[in-house]
Amino acid sequence: MITPRRSLWPPLAVLALLGLTALLVSVTLGSAALSLGDVWAVARGEGSPLARTLILDLRIPRSLSAFAVGGLLAVAGALMQVLLRNPLADPYVLGLSGGASVGALAAMLAGLGGAVITGSAFAGAFLSTLLVFGLAHGTGSWTPSRLLLTGVVVAAGWGAVITLMLAISPAERLPGMLYWLMGDLSYSRSPWPPLTLLLVICLLLMPLGRSLNVMARGPLQAAALGVNVRPLEWTIYVVASVLTATAVTTAGSIGFVGLVVPHMLRLVLGNDQRLILPACALTGGTLLVLADTLARTMIAPEQLPVGVITALLGVPTFLYLLYRSR
Amino acid sequence: MNRLEIRELVIDVPERRDGQALTLSVEPGQVWGVLGPNGAGKTTLLHTLAGLRGPRAGQVLIDGRPLAMLGRRQVARILGLVFQERHDGFPATVRETALIGRHPWLSAWQMEGGEDLRLAEAALERLDVVHLAERLVSTLSGGERQRLAIATVLTQAPQIWLADEPTNHLDLHHQSAVMALLAEQAAEGRAVMMCLHDLNLAARWCDHLLLLYPDGEACWGPARNMLVPAALERLYGQRLATAEIDGAPVFVPVR
Repeated sequence: MITPRRSLWPPLAVLALLGLTALLVSVTLGSAALSLGDVWAVARGEGSPLARTLILDLRIPRSLSAFAVGGLLAVAGALMQVLLRNPLADPYVLGLSGGASVGALAAMLAGLGGAVITGSAFAGAFLSTLLVFGLAHGTGSWTPSRLLLTGVVVAAGWGAVITLMLAISPAERLPGMLYWLMGDLSYSRSPWPPLTLLLVICLLLMPLGRSLNVMARGPLQAAALGVNVRPLEWTIYVVASVLTATAVTTAGSIGFVGLVVPHMLRLVLGNDQRLILPACALTGGTLLVLADTLARTMIAPEQLPVGVITALLGVPTFLYLLYRSR
Repeated sequence: MNRLEIRELVIDVPERRDGQALTLSVEPGQVWGVLGPNGAGKTTLLHTLAGLRGPRAGQVLIDGRPLAMLGRRQVARILGLVFQERHDGFPATVRETALIGRHPWLSAWQMEGGEDLRLAEAALERLDVVHLAERLVSTLSGGERQRLAIATVLTQAPQIWLADEPTNHLDLHHQSAVMALLAEQAAEGRAVMMCLHDLNLAARWCDHLLLLYPDGEACWGPARNMLVPAALERLYGQRLATAEIDGAPVFVPVR
């Protein structure tokens, strides 16, 4: 019996619809509640000036940023898991987020702001990537367990540096730093750079999907089936680092999305990267939009760091799925 | 029809002196067996022949062209390797696993089509694992996984087969069935080389043998010239009793 291969589009269409719904919800909810009618009015170019500012200048950019960051983190996590053939890998576990955090906190500690924090976080993420992959590569080849172990140790090191910086920083700077550490989308400026990057990377990864499927079965098997392993490994590694660095510089350090989203999707959709990678972009985005909406509304007008919400929502969901899976 | 040629090849076994360079050619229609004790370099040889690791010296050629000059994808269309060890990273079904054999034949944007599915299905059928098609690989027994690995290479449809202990984990019937499959591939004009631990399977199914000694020495030739009890006893450091059953020599270790 020959069963036709599942088409990729139905699950992606469903996920895209969920993403749009989440975006719509996040635009209507907030410390000042708007009705769908208000949103529709603004969409047609009408509505009160207040509603226009609220929606066009505040909520839509923030929601889109959340979507982009969630998508970037989830795709980065999925890529690193394929690279290491280990479902535990994600930017957070491998120390990339830690490096970015140290970069950002150093800038904050020096009293610098805005673009310098962004640049510094980016540099930190890259430094961390180079450190982890360089050290793990060493004299031999990348073995997944060595890479993972190096990442975990480097992440622990960054953790200590972060604690040190928090301990010596003046009290008035602490809240901003703590919020940044737990992920905070109010820092994000334009949503377009991360959103564009997400789209471009997803399109670039599509033709690599089947090679990644083969890579997931180990480098020797992949080489025997015609994959140029080393260039592909470097591609995954560079792409995942750029994605992470961009996400972290946009919204601070948000854990969990990169680990949980790919894993949840694999349990439901299988492990075809051609489906999983775009699905990660959509689901990661949706998840973070919802989490950010909750972070903005739960104790409005105060805001919670979005990283707290992703963890509080994600942990039980993940454990439940893991428990139910075969 | 492709031939695999080995010229002055010294495989790179860590901390072993060069030993004898290998010069031989695996022609279409031939079935070569590689015999040798543990650690003699059988797996290293097959990986070197597949281009997965570099030799210390010498060359591997397919149809007169050095392996190093051919792209990986081009090599994978001609040459298939059944690995001895397999790692399952992420869960995958049996059918998905067989289908990755089509990888070298599909362009980057192409999805697996009906023809690819048909080939995978036929290969699963041939290896007697088609009833497991929807099962996760991690739930299979050792022998079933072995048959799946061979089915994956059958789906890949190479002209040159390299098989690292293809009868590992298999019950008697499936050992015979797999050897018959490899012999059939050779009869259809493909070249086959496999590492074996079972002298009797080698004696029954291989027409050429390569003996690899642990010190790097080697000898090779038509099977009937190589199946000399004294040589085999030296190869394994084990005394053997010999008999002839059903027209083929049979070797039994004695105390």
